[in-house]
Amino acid sequence: MQYMLLIYDDPAVWAAMPEEESNAYYGEYMAFTNALRESGKLVSADQLQPTSTATSVRVRKGETLTTDGPFAETKEVLGGYYLITADSLDEALEWGAKVPSSKVGTIEVRPVVEYPVETPA
Amino acid sequence: MQDAFVRAAERWPVDGVPANPGAWIVVTARNRAIDRIRREQVLLRKTELLARAEQLPEDEERAIPDERLELIFACCHPALAAEAQIALTLSLVGGLKTADIAHAFLVPESTLAQRLVRAKRKIRDAGIPFRVPPDPLLPERLAAVLRVVYLVFNAGYGPPVRRELCAEAIRLALVLATLMPNEAEVHGLHALLLLQDARRDARVAADGSLVLLDEQDRTRWDEPEIAEGRRALERALTLRTPGPYQLQAAIAAAHGEDERDWNAIARLYGRLAALDPSPVVELNRAVAVAMADGPAAGLDLVERIDGLADYYLFHSTRADLLRRLDRNDEAKVAYERAAALAPSSVERDFLRARRGAL
Repeated sequence: MQYMLLIYDDPAVWAAMPEEESNAYYGEYMAFTNALRESGKLVSADQLQPTSTATSVRVRKGETLTTDGPFAETKEVLGGYYLITADSLDEALEWGAKVPSSKVGTIEVRPVVEYPVETPA
Repeated sequence: MQDAFVRAAERWPVDGVPANPGAWIVVTARNRAIDRIRREQVLLRKTELLARAEQLPEDEERAIPDERLELIFACCHPALAAEAQIALTLSLVGGLKTADIAHAFLVPESTLAQRLVRAKRKIRDAGIPFRVPPDPLLPERLAAVLRVVYLVFNAGYGPPVRRELCAEAIRLALVLATLMPNEAEVHGLHALLLLQDARRDARVAADGSLVLLDEQDRTRWDEPEIAEGRRALERALTLRTPGPYQLQAAIAAAHGEDERDWNAIARLYGRLAALDPSPVVELNRAVAVAMADGPAAGLDLVERIDGLADYYLFHSTRADLLRRLDRNDEAKVAYERAAALAPSSVERDFLRARRGAL
């Protein structure tokens, strides 16, 4: 099964962090990503640029509405993701708990929809 | 549940996608599980689990013991909401009918049916594993299982008493104690439920009002059940791993003595507070201290407790201690506050009666 580990944290918390602390977190992120890669469970991962760089687009009744900002203004925002393979929710949760932002924010662990494999005729 | 997806992948291109693929998968998984259980019945006879399985109450409808442990842990997985854990455990492990569970928890049957459907769907879709958790996860996961069993018992203990829930909780505790004989807290919970259940006939008077422990007719206590509870507690204690349920069971056992050792009870509450610091435990300790050292000492402890302003037993305890110190005006105010916060008319009437007697 594949799971998304969606990383939600509060940009204000990061902004308020002294440099040594945030550097330590970046170090932890590198170590975590390496561990995940070495385990063979990493499918893909990215850090997203801040929500100040986001643009939202909606099409309603044929009209395209483009607005500055994320889809909703929230305190904790989506900062990045890891897409992993895991045999069970417990395995995905174990990785989720190791994402460094789990200490200051929330990691949402969500399974990816899988469609039955078509056997060739 | 994984191999149901495989089966779906094998069958759908041939048979076409069924009208309700979700239901088909769940049904298939269940049928697969039943097939597997039947095949493993032969294997079971050859394992040491047979000895333990024979200790379980005779009941053909019950699933094979080792599958039941995996099932219990799946039902009580933290990814499921607490009310879903309870409903699933009662339905899949206890085998209770949806209508009966709904009735016991005072929710409409359709609500409970939906809750079960959603929970099963989550187990399937999120990949909640069907297994006894590995050692690093076991303490936290076992605590969740014990909490569910305790909540079921509590719901049944009331008042009003719903016997079938208490009986089911005790049955679940016995299964756990049989399947996990080296877990002290499992025996501790089992003991606690037995000791509390033993007082069920003395606890509520004919008119539905509460009878305090001191005033209970001890001849109505279920002595064999008390003995069973004590044996379970002994089993727990021999494992030399203290825990909150064992302490609560020891307290319940101590309350059953003819000559209650209030100092011992107060000490047990002290140890419980160290493991499980909570204002309610402190409140109970204060009551025991009042009995051991007098109402002034107890009231002193009660007044230091924070966070129970909305808890009726806090005010009723204060009221009782004030009464014993002849501070009747203050006692009346406290009884009225308690009555106003009481969860049901049974407690409310009891507290107003106490206030009226002053």
